[in-house]
Parts: sequence; structure tokens; C-alpha cells
Amino acid sequence: MNEHTQESHDHHHEESFVRKYIFSLDHKTIGKQFLIFGLIMFIVGGGLALLFRWQLAWPDRPLPIIGASQTYLEEGEVETAADRKWEERYDDDKDSWLETNMPSGIIDPNFYNSLFTMHATIMVFFVVVPLLVGAFGNFLIPLMIGTRDMAFPVLNMLSFWSNMLGTIIMIAGFFVPGGHAAAGWTGYAPLSSVPELSGVDWGQNLWCISLIVMGISSLMGSINYITTIINMRAPGMTWFRLPLAIWALFIVAILLLLAFPVVASALGLILFDRLAGTSFFSAEGGGDALLWQHLFWFFAHPEVYILILPGMGMASEMLPVFSRKPIFGYKSMVYAMIAIAFLSWIVWGHHMFQSGMNPALGMAFMTTTMLIAVPSAIKTFNWLGTLYRASIRFTVPMLNTLAFVSMFVIGGLSGIYMANSPVDIYIHDTYYIVAHIHYVVFGGSVFAIFGGVFYWFPKMFGRHMNEILGKIHFWISFIAFNGVFFPMHIIGVGGHMRRISNPTQYEFLQHMQWINVLITMFAFVLGAAQILLLINVFWSMFRGKVAEQNPWQATTLEWQAPTPVPHGNFGAIPHVYHGPYEYSVPGAESDWIPQTQPNGESLPDEPVPAGAAAD
Amino acid sequence: MLKWLNFPEWLPENVSTFGKGVDNLFVAIYWITSIAFLGVMITLIVFLIKYRYQEGRSAGYIHGNTTLEYVWTIATAVIVFGLAMFSLPQWNKIKFPSQFPGDPGAVVQVNGKQFNWDMTYPGPDGEWETDDDLQLENQLHVPVNEVVHIRLTSDDVIHSFFVPQLRLKQDALPGRFINVWFEATKPGTYEIPCAELCGFGHSGMLGYLTVHTEEDYEAWKSERWPDTETKGVNVE
Repeated sequence: MNEHTQESHDHHHEESFVRKYIFSLDHKTIGKQFLIFGLIMFIVGGGLALLFRWQLAWPDRPLPIIGASQTYLEEGEVETAADRKWEERYDDDKDSWLETNMPSGIIDPNFYNSLFTMHATIMVFFVVVPLLVGAFGNFLIPLMIGTRDMAFPVLNMLSFWSNMLGTIIMIAGFFVPGGHAAAGWTGYAPLSSVPELSGVDWGQNLWCISLIVMGISSLMGSINYITTIINMRAPGMTWFRLPLAIWALFIVAILLLLAFPVVASALGLILFDRLAGTSFFSAEGGGDALLWQHLFWFFAHPEVYILILPGMGMASEMLPVFSRKPIFGYKSMVYAMIAIAFLSWIVWGHHMFQSGMNPALGMAFMTTTMLIAVPSAIKTFNWLGTLYRASIRFTVPMLNTLAFVSMFVIGGLSGIYMANSPVDIYIHDTYYIVAHIHYVVFGGSVFAIFGGVFYWFPKMFGRHMNEILGKIHFWISFIAFNGVFFPMHIIGVGGHMRRISNPTQYEFLQHMQWINVLITMFAFVLGAAQILLLINVFWSMFRGKVAEQNPWQATTLEWQAPTPVPHGNFGAIPHVYHGPYEYSVPGAESDWIPQTQPNGESLPDEPVPAGAAAD
Repeated sequence: MLKWLNFPEWLPENVSTFGKGVDNLFVAIYWITSIAFLGVMITLIVFLIKYRYQEGRSAGYIHGNTTLEYVWTIATAVIVFGLAMFSLPQWNKIKFPSQFPGDPGAVVQVNGKQFNWDMTYPGPDGEWETDDDLQLENQLHVPVNEVVHIRLTSDDVIHSFFVPQLRLKQDALPGRFINVWFEATKPGTYEIPCAELCGFGHSGMLGYLTVHTEEDYEAWKSERWPDTETKGVNVE
């Protein structure tokens, strides 16, 4: 097979613009498409968050700029305008989209629900998964395992373009009558399954359809990843010589493949309930509201690990490079990820402790959930072990990786509170869980993405990102991130419910309102800082310092390919001789030995098992 | 600054019998996680300073340490598994209907509906759906220091019955009756927000729990059911 591929790539032909940049079959271009797509959606999702943060800090005050609307200017008084809109909410003749959703610049309660629903939906399905799995998965897998492309390049292209189709459907939901889905990203039935109960009409339907399309896109990607990693590893690339990022992506692909069909069928049932008059989730028709939660969380808990495992893998790539040291406990890192993946299937009930399911299940799920702390702790201690006696370079990717590790520690530890079902009785559905998920997914995954973009940018685009701008972006993001999400623990402990649009309606939350103001101010700083990231990415793409082949002096295969990486990636398929993290080997000439360099005397001899190579 | 890090200080006042147990577990986890966090962070910062790049010093060539890895794996497993086992009785006490304390001083059906809490009292006959039933909107009246049983249900979507000061939260499901109990230890009025997203009126869906002293509660009852001799609002 290698020979065949080699041959076909030797005959280079000029590709049309469309084939090269739009409907590209090249895994690298598809990876970059996902990267740019994810970064743009990151700004969209963040913008939605800023809108509802305004409402939480200054409830029912008109938004800046948008708030200076005609009605407001004419009537001069906000309350009357808002009250009138409230009465008219079921009238058909609305003035404009803006007036419907933000009458007089004040966020309408239903629009508020749409905002946080779409913030989470976009961040989970349109930002973090496309970036981690789509962008880095596509770009890194063939390069890091030493092959020329994905197993199914056409499927790969379809994966990106069905992802775009899903995006168009999802964005369209904002502009249909009745507004966008407003039942939370968890879409709890029957609020999501009975249109009359939420007042949302086609918004919720489009939400379901879009997620099914996005899921199909993920399925195409995951089938591709699994096939490629199993069958197309370079000669000598045994399972235990795979870089940890590839292990993570391999495990994630399996999780996606198994989890998605469950939620697809559940979303289908919601559509049946809404459009065909069935009642899978309505008690009066013999259905059950809890059915949705079981199906959803059976998918969504693995999904949470889909969001974090690639980040763990990428952190495990960057940490050794900038520590100039082998990763500590390679095999236990692999087994820990497999354990996390396995456990992710038997913990979904911890989202449902207070849902009304049999409390005996609460006991079982508390125990399994607590056990996830074990592989998580193994990984954290191994990262610390990697830093022991290292020679640390504080580059931008390293700073982001260190932020990943420390923020993941906070996110992991705060999870223990919720895993403990008696404590969860109190903090369930408060801001404590909001803080927790953001420490894992923003503090974890997104900082890993920041680091990963900076780290692999030279290989992707042949140019470096700007180091100074990168550091400024990192420090502002890191400080503002903690300013936004750490206080959420505190208001959560104070009992602040999530998903309420006006905390000042509650007596027991009054004394904490100033914290909401503080959080919002930090949120605006955090949002503004991301502009620096965008400038850095897009400016560096064209104007950045030209990169050499292996600027970080890393050992893994992608850095042994030429820069810019040609179609087909490698001149000749590389041969792999040892594991991926051979740094600071005593007696070696340089402090890094690439995987392609045959074992010298300095490296312990490792037999290459027959049949391990791709054939 | 320290107040920011002292999570337990931010808990609202506890006024239920089982709330103390929840708070104690919270504090226990707070200390376990704080120590773990400080341990990891101090190690991390020490390593970052000590092992930063310096001219002439190269990194060690270490692939792992099996003993160390076994130690921290087993230690973590013992701590979290122990914590789970230690917490189970508390969970059972609050949520297992078979372990509810009997002889309630009041039984009330709480019905979540967009966007109010309907409270139904069975009246002196202790039977549901009889003439002496009393229905109140957003007002729950119970006696202090007596067990209260709640029959929780919903008319439309999922709501969540949350009384922060009681450390009690339970979702209300359409088509199901879920039993909940509590025993308040301090008279006063407490808010009952809805903690599960239930539609555009979710924010502001708010009821009030009034915990009466014994005399007040008797007075409230005789005011509500003046014709009948009240013998405690009991079921069956």
C-alpha cells in the first residue's frame, strides 16, 4: 500500500483552487479549515456569553449600543417599553428581530434562555470538538503516525462540509419565529419536546436537526481516525510508540463512534414528539421525561471526555518538548486515558442525582464517579513528574500547557463536590457546576488549544506566531479566566442557581450581586483578549517569521516532515525506531533524538515486533 | 482575600436537621481538595522555579517510577473510595423513602407549574382530593422541629424544588410523585426558587416556606380550617 501511495503522489499535478482550498481532500487543509472555522465560532459563542453576562450583572438595563434603540430613545423610560413587549410576546406582528429579542435593548427572558443555550451548544459542538478533534485530529494524525493522508480522504472532506451544513442550520435557528432553542444545551424534555411549553417553535427543531448533522460529521471523522490509526502507522510505529496525542485522539474517536448514535436517536425522538405527535417524553401520553436525561447523559458524559482527552494528549506532547525530558510514566498515561474512556460510560447518572431517578442508583453512580479521580490524578502526577529535574523553557505553548495542567487540577478537584451525592443535593444546578465545567473545558481544553495552535502553527502555515503578542494574550486570558470563573464557585456555594436571568429577584442572592458585576467585567476583558489571538493567528499566517522544519527541536514525526508540508507529507515514509519522547538522553549528541533516528548506543535497544508496522 | 478561598463561609445559614451532615461533608471535601490543590500547586511552582532552563544544566532522563506511580494511584483510590463510602449514609438518610422518619407534623403536595409552586394541604381528614383540601400559591407553611413530608410533582415541565437553607433540592417531574422530607429547626421565612430551567419565566419562579413555631402553626391551622378540630394534618 505504501508503494502504491508513494507512486500516486510522485505524479504531481496542479490542483484547481476549489480542489485545493475549498473541497480539499488533503488532511492538512481540512485540519486548517476546521481550525479557522473553530476560531470564528469561538468568537460567536463568546459574544453570546458577553450578552447574557451583561444581563446578569445589570439585570433589565438596556445593553450598550443596542440599548440606544428607537423605542428607548422615544419613550425615554425603559420599564414601560419592556412591559409592553412582555404583554405583546405572543402577538404575531413584531417590529424587528432586534425588537423581539431585545425590546428596548433589554434582553427578553426567552432570548436570554436562547443565549445561554446557544453559547453552550456552539462552544461544545462548534468550537471545542471541531478544534480539538477536527483541526488537530486531522492535521496531526497522519503526520504523527507517519503516513501520507487519512484512510478515507473523501469522507474527511464530507466531514468538514457536513459540519458546515450543520452550522448553517444552527445559525438559521436564531432567525425563525419563536426564536432559537431555549431549553439549555442539555435540552431537557418536556420543555424541549413540547412546543407549547417553551414557546419555541422551529428553533428547537433546527437545533435537533443541526446536532444530528454535526454528529454525522463527527462519525465520518471518527471512522476515518480509527481506520487510519489502526492500519496506516509507519513501519516501526508500534502502539506503545504512538505519541500520547494520537492515543488521545484514537480513544476519543472510539467514544464519538459509540456515543453519538445514542444522542442521535434521542434527538430523533424529540423531533417525533414535536412534529409527529408522539409522546416519548410526555407523561400524559405514557412517556417519561427521564428517558431523555438517560439517553442524553449517556452520550454527553463521554462527550465531556471527548472535550478534554485531546487536550490532555496535546499537553502531553508540549510538556516534554519544553521540559526537554521524556514524559513521566508513558504507559500509565495511556492506561489512564483508557480508564477514563471506560469509566465515562458508567457515570452518566451523576448528572441525575436530583432528577428523581431511584436514589439507589445515586449510590452506584457516586462510587463510579469518584473512581474517575484516580486516572485523572495519575495524569496530573505524571505531568508533575515530567517537570521534575526538567529544563523548562517558558515559551507560549508551555505557558498555556502549564495553565492547562493547573486549571485542570482545579476543575478536577471541584468535580469531587458534585460527585458526592449528598453535597450535590445542595450545589446541583448552581453556579458551582458552571465554574467546574468551565475550569475543565475552558481552563483545560481551550488553554490546550491556545498552546496547540501556537505550537503546531509553524508546521501548519510555515510561519511562527508572534511570541510577544502570544504572551500578552496568554497572561490576560489566564488572569481574566480566573477572574470570571473562580468567583462562580463562591456564588455557587452561596446557592446562586444557574440559568436564571435576574438574580436580584431573590432575597438570598442579593448580597452576592456585586460578584456578578465583577464576573461580567472580567468576562469583557477575557472576550477582548481573544481579539489578540485572532490578530496573531491571521496576521502570522501571512506575515509571521518564516519557520524552519523543526523549530522546537521535537522528536515526533510531524517535525521530521518538511515545512511547509508537501502533499503526501513525507518524501519517503519514515521508519520509527523508538518511543516519542527521547529527550536529554545521556551520551547523545543533542538533547533530542527523533523517532526516525535509529537506536544508537545511548538508547536502550528495543526490539521492533514483527507486524507492528503498517502493511 | 481569605474569605474568597474559604468556601464554607459562603454557605447560607443551615436550618434543617440533615443540613448539618451535608455541610460537614462539604467541609470535609473542602479540606481534602484544598490540601490536594495546595500540594500540587506548591510542587508545580517549586519545580517551575528550580528546574527552569539554566545554562549548563541539562534535564534528567527519567521515564517514570513504578513504585511512585503505584503509591499515588492506590492513595487516590483509597481516599475517593473511602469518601464515597463515608458519604453514602447521608445520601440514604435524605433521599431513601424507606428511611424517612415517620409521624410527620405536616404533609403537603407541592406542584410545580409554569411559573409557580402550588401547595396542596390534605386538610384535617388527611385525604387528598376531598372538600377540605387547601390549595395555596407559592406559600408553604410548616411547623418547626417537626418532620414534614412533601409529595412533589409537576403539571408541565421539570421544575426543581430548592430550599437553600434546608440543603434540599429535588426535581419535580410531570407524571410522577416524588417523596421528600425535611425537618426545619428555625422559624422564619425562606425562599423556594426553582432550580431547573423551566421556560421563559424560570427566573423569578419563587415560592416561600414559612416555618412556624408550634403555637403559630396551630393558629395558622385553625385559621384555615376553623370548623374542624385539628389533630395535625396527617395522611392516612
